[in-house]
Amino acid sequence: MVSQDVFTDRQIWNWLGEVPDPEIPVVSVVDLGIVRGVEIEDKKVRVTITPTYSGCPATAVIAMDIESALVERGVKHLEIEQNLAPAWTTDWISEEGRRKLFQYGIVPPKKRATCAGALTVSDNEPVTCPQCGSVNTECVSPFGSTPCKAAYRCLSCLEPFDYFKPH
Amino acid sequence: MSDDSAVRDLTLHMGDNCLILAQCLTEWCGHAPMLEEDIALANTGLDLIGQTKNWFEVTGNLYSPAKTPDQLAFHRDDREFRNFLLVEYPNADYALTLMKLFLFDTWHYLAVRQLIVHPDEKVVAVAQKSIKEIKYHRDRSTDLVVRLGDGSDESHAKMQAALKTLWRFTGELTNRTFWGQGDSSMRSTLAESYSSTVESVLRQATLDIPEETGMVYGGTEGVHTEHFGTLVAKMQYLPRRYPEAKW
Repeated sequence: MVSQDVFTDRQIWNWLGEVPDPEIPVVSVVDLGIVRGVEIEDKKVRVTITPTYSGCPATAVIAMDIESALVERGVKHLEIEQNLAPAWTTDWISEEGRRKLFQYGIVPPKKRATCAGALTVSDNEPVTCPQCGSVNTECVSPFGSTPCKAAYRCLSCLEPFDYFKPH
Repeated sequence: MSDDSAVRDLTLHMGDNCLILAQCLTEWCGHAPMLEEDIALANTGLDLIGQTKNWFEVTGNLYSPAKTPDQLAFHRDDREFRNFLLVEYPNADYALTLMKLFLFDTWHYLAVRQLIVHPDEKVVAVAQKSIKEIKYHRDRSTDLVVRLGDGSDESHAKMQAALKTLWRFTGELTNRTFWGQGDSSMRSTLAESYSSTVESVLRQATLDIPEETGMVYGGTEGVHTEHFGTLVAKMQYLPRRYPEAKW
């Protein structure tokens, strides 16, 4: 392999698109909207990321995973910056990311405009069971297996499932 | 007072409230009455610890030399904390913890909503980052206070007893704010919205606000209740005993 020391935006974005989220490995950190920007100045690459939840323990792991993915591909001058503003929202999860989440068994968050003000989305719009497709579902608990998910249950097939909270 | 020291006091106060409440919530981990509640209390604590770190990053950079969030959390003495007395009250039982969360979450949401328009952009960034989490906490604790207050005789009695114990600490929530410019008008707006919200939820929950309760103050000045020393000692033991300890 020819060693390279100048990189293009597209290359970096493609590589970041292969970095899985540590807690939901079926989607990448790009799918989730965690990567906010890539800047390249000569040989230096600056990646800006934003935390999902304030206390999300995955944030530190994500920064490390991004670093090792880029270093492995030959990026020598890397800077990872964390930015709180603008605050991350689930509306930044890509369509591709939503599709992958649903296939994996996690119901993707509704767009925030459709459920503003509701604790559980079932108050406004039904959450579809990822196992059988029924909309006859209920929220078991507003907090689930990770801070970003709520625990749901399907009343048709009786399977429990995770719902990614609109945030 | 310079803007910097005003922002430092404000962010320290916000961070201390989140940190101390989170510390109490972590004590429930593995002990809550139901699995779902155990997870919810721990996750709420986790959100609050994240918020603490965000506030303390702002605070720490306003010291010279700068302090890290860990230094602020683990290397200050009890009298240096500026959290409300409400949040440091021991867990006692689940009803009391839930009532404490409701009384705090209601304040927290209204307060942080005001901070979204604060003149300092770092304060605004943390406020905007936390507001959605706080709203979620508030919706959950409000819902449960109503369900258990207006629930069985036993749950009603427990929630009423919890309210009686904690009510005296609520005066402090709107007695003083650290907002800086426009403080007094914002404080009175906060006080009004706080009491009208709390009163309306408690009415729905069929709970009576205790009469003739004197209010207790002191947390925001660093004068804490007798429980606080033990809480801080437990929280700080490891980093103080082994200052170089790393994960």
